[in-house]
Amino acid sequence: MSNLEQKPFNVREIREEFPALRQQVYGKNLIYFDNGATSQKPKLVLDAINLFYSKENANIHRGVHYLSQRATTDYEAARQRIQRYLGARKSEEIIFTKGTTDSINLVAFSYGSTLSAGDEILISAMEHHSNIVPWQMLCERQGCILKVAPINQRGELIMDEFDKLLSKKTKLVAITHISNTLGTVNPIKEIIQKAHAVGSKVLIDGAQSIQHMRINVKELDCDFYVFSSHKVFGPTGIGVLYGKEELLDRMPPYQGGGDMIARVTFERTTYNELPFKFEAGTPHIAGGICLGKAFEFLESVDMEAAERHERELAKYAEDMLDTFEGLQIIGEAKNKTSVVSFSIKGIHPFDIGTLLDKQGIAVRTGHHCTQPLMDFYGIPGTVRASFAFYNTKQEIDTFVEAVERSLSMLK
Amino acid sequence: MNLTEKQEEIIQEFEVFDDWMEKYEYIIDLGKDLPKIDDANKTEDRLIEGCQSRVWLDSHFNDGKMHFTADSDAIITKGIIGLLIRVLDGEEPKDIATADLFFISKIGLQEHLSPTRANGLLGMVKRLKLEAIKHISAA
Repeated sequence: MSNLEQKPFNVREIREEFPALRQQVYGKNLIYFDNGATSQKPKLVLDAINLFYSKENANIHRGVHYLSQRATTDYEAARQRIQRYLGARKSEEIIFTKGTTDSINLVAFSYGSTLSAGDEILISAMEHHSNIVPWQMLCERQGCILKVAPINQRGELIMDEFDKLLSKKTKLVAITHISNTLGTVNPIKEIIQKAHAVGSKVLIDGAQSIQHMRINVKELDCDFYVFSSHKVFGPTGIGVLYGKEELLDRMPPYQGGGDMIARVTFERTTYNELPFKFEAGTPHIAGGICLGKAFEFLESVDMEAAERHERELAKYAEDMLDTFEGLQIIGEAKNKTSVVSFSIKGIHPFDIGTLLDKQGIAVRTGHHCTQPLMDFYGIPGTVRASFAFYNTKQEIDTFVEAVERSLSMLK
Repeated sequence: MNLTEKQEEIIQEFEVFDDWMEKYEYIIDLGKDLPKIDDANKTEDRLIEGCQSRVWLDSHFNDGKMHFTADSDAIITKGIIGLLIRVLDGEEPKDIATADLFFISKIGLQEHLSPTRANGLLGMVKRLKLEAIKHISAA
């Protein structure tokens, strides 16, 4: 049901679709290398946002009038499009949430409530705070135990150690597909198989993977896969929790309110079916519809070629940065995506980030919400350039020159 | 020179710069020239934690006037500290407590004192003023 035809991958044509890339900041052409934080939006999404609020705005699921029915149809069509894109069996398995963090909290609260004292949650040392803290909170509530699989200096999971931590006590492995700080691509297929072998469920944090590669949840066989819309070219404030139906069916609701109920009396309330059981209150309707548009856009992109292009960009940037004295690339996994994190001896990342900004280049500096990972490397933070398929080698040339100029000022 | 005159002098100094990079070159030089706080004195009570860079502030009250030394792990933050200290050092507590630091936005550095910047500078200004207020109440 794709509306756009898939075209051969062409960066120049793709850039045309993103108006935000054609602007100047501080009198310089904007170079946007902060895609790990959020992506820019294609015209297809921007037009849909405008159209929704101009002509289609109505509340969904209960209205008898034309606009409400149209909004409901579009919202549910977006859910179905996402289901097909992810390869999920049913659209009931696609729960709209506020984003990755909300999705993880939903699982930690709802699936977590079925766990008992002594049950173990296994995460990795490279997790984002949003895939650490909800589990710590769960452990405090239920007496579960949090285990952390270590990484090596290159920023790769040490699989032997992971295997040792995995046991019959493990009830959930919650792990990032791709590290937001290091770019490491974790061997999630192997992890999922191993976890299932001991009877554990698996949650994949897909916040940094869905925008870089084709994901098929059925092939992966993960129990949960979570991501945010805004990192995958859609609006902010909405995200997805994919969960296997049989698992979601057994889980209690997360929040109570409208839409998630079947029948309410003061004595007893029965809950709605999936996916609505987990979607209390008026959802982010425009967000859901426009996230559907973001996936329509993605369907038009040759994602394999896009991923090759992104990895080439990262390799190109790393090879050039590597020549700077005192510069250390943080995250040198054999399998890594388009994230280039680095630190420079004696120079604070904040200073480099500030000077790059004034040269029109948007990067992220700091701990990237992975403080335990920064502690592991013994650094306060990194400068992180994270690329999307609309970035170019020319932009990297300008970026490397700007890093060089910044260093000459700071040293 | 009073507080206002010192700020106007800084604004004038910054007028000669044509672009952002020149401005930052100057700030970085100020940061490099600023006296350091010894590592031994970078104690928890002097630390103002920012999300990105950290600031240490030491203050003394002498002959009715306040004196400050400050340091940061980021050099741009340190340069801006240098400017703030140039304005506030040697002033009376009551003047510091009520000081309007208008020069910061006039020279285009207001982003560094925004609550979202998280570099410790906003916290430093707050602590400077609180230290000053302590000495007003003591007087």
